[in-house]
Amino acid sequence: MTRTAEMWINMGPQHPMTHGLWNLRVKVDGETIVDAEPEVGYLHRGIEKICENRTYPQVIPITDRLCYGSSMSWSHLYCRTIEDLMGLEVPERAQYIRVVVLEMQRLASHLMWLAAYAVDLGMMAGFIYSMRDREVFVDLLQNLSGSRLTYNYPRIGGVAHDIPPGWDKEALRACDYTEQRLREYEDLYEGSKIFMMRNEGVGILRRDDAMNLGVTGPPMRASGAKYDLRKDRPYEAYADMDFEVCSRTEGDCFARYRVRMDEMWESCRIIRQAIQNMPKGKWRVVAPRNAPEGTGMARVEDPRGEGMMYAVGDGSDRPYRLKIRSPIFVTVSAAPKFLVGYKIADVVAIMGGLDMCIGENDR
Amino acid sequence: MSKDKPSLGQVMMFRSKDFIEWSDEALAVVLKRSPVGGALDLVLKDFFNWATRNSLYPLHFGIMCCALEMAVASAPRFDAQRMGVIYRSTPRQCDILLVNGPVSKKLKPALRRLYDQMPAPKWVIAMGECAISGGPFYDSYNVVKGVDQFIPVDIYIPGCPARPEALIDAFLKLQKQIKEEKRGLLTGK
Repeated sequence: MTRTAEMWINMGPQHPMTHGLWNLRVKVDGETIVDAEPEVGYLHRGIEKICENRTYPQVIPITDRLCYGSSMSWSHLYCRTIEDLMGLEVPERAQYIRVVVLEMQRLASHLMWLAAYAVDLGMMAGFIYSMRDREVFVDLLQNLSGSRLTYNYPRIGGVAHDIPPGWDKEALRACDYTEQRLREYEDLYEGSKIFMMRNEGVGILRRDDAMNLGVTGPPMRASGAKYDLRKDRPYEAYADMDFEVCSRTEGDCFARYRVRMDEMWESCRIIRQAIQNMPKGKWRVVAPRNAPEGTGMARVEDPRGEGMMYAVGDGSDRPYRLKIRSPIFVTVSAAPKFLVGYKIADVVAIMGGLDMCIGENDR
Repeated sequence: MSKDKPSLGQVMMFRSKDFIEWSDEALAVVLKRSPVGGALDLVLKDFFNWATRNSLYPLHFGIMCCALEMAVASAPRFDAQRMGVIYRSTPRQCDILLVNGPVSKKLKPALRRLYDQMPAPKWVIAMGECAISGGPFYDSYNVVKGVDQFIPVDIYIPGCPARPEALIDAFLKLQKQIKEEKRGLLTGK
């Protein structure tokens, strides 16, 4: 390889590749990347510290704004953490409703990613179709909770209210519609030669690297590790659901795309099962105002990886400490492993394929 | 560049700053002072106003939740592009800075720089509670309480997050404002 003068290039904080607010510094030799250095922190709002000044229910809207792509899964994660701290048992109906809304959020989040990824790779048609079909799930969640993005729907000890009448039939219809659309997307994306050329064999992450660096979620499953918290540590009603853990062995951008597409199919399956088997009964238990002294911890499978929260209670009505483990923070820290050795034009495909969400990353 | 005797080579090696100075001195001042400028403006004012307000290019710059609604506004259901709103990725081609999220202390200089890089007729929309006043993060140690502390804001959109319809309404209001300003090529704010 001929070597030229090396130089650092800043991609960010305002760059069409970033999908958020961060800065990727890449060191290039000609067009080849020899080093990469992600710089985050532009969106640090001090959420962990703010939460110490809020009562337990007041934290739920804040955790909604952690990850705006999938706010439901983060407020749900917070509620689970506090339920663990308070020792609450969630009613069975609430568990099923939570499974339905979480999978809808996963579908909406993955469709959002698909739209952004299509724009990154120069496919405007993909953006338009995916955004149109994301609206189906946004509408359903809006009918349920009243808001388009930040739902504020899970509560400590259940969910805010029961599902409205007729909503479950709408949800089943949305699943049918989406499955039909997914088939079209697969033809549209995989039939595009440019899309395949920019994806196959690009940004390979080996299984060992993924495991050692703590990369979770679709990037890890695309590298050959078959690990999904919904299956391996079932929470809510996931133990009763019949679904596959989607994984691939290639570890490249195309494998990550494929894993997300397969997950959307599985999400439709889970929504169907959860709605058909939903038991009757209460959807919420009243949580006490104060939490006891002690700690609570919960892990969930976020659309982007494994999210974790750890809360310390001191007997008052406010959390003493709330620690948030963000999957994207770990994935973006592993950026040099993804990027080194590829061309600078591949940065867009590689980092776009990771589904960055800076809100939870910077907290 | 030396002031007294610029050679052709030096003229060709204009830096952008020199170019702005030169265009200020040679074009704007001359046109504004002479009757030619006034006559030109009289004829072309309405045309320039019409062109400006119907081709508002916001900067493609997402901060937080409202950035998703900004993306949705240009997606099929809401389709802001029929108002001539097209997102551009470089501040040099933009008229509107959409601030759609909380501005942290680390972001503040970068955002100010983006605003400074935009060419002159420019407007700022503060979208959502975070950009207006800090929103749900009002008591955070790292969030600037309102983007209007360091950038002049034209339109505020309330909501957390603001809905895409509200954003489209803001664009329409901005078009109305530009029309009423009656700004032409050389006159205006």
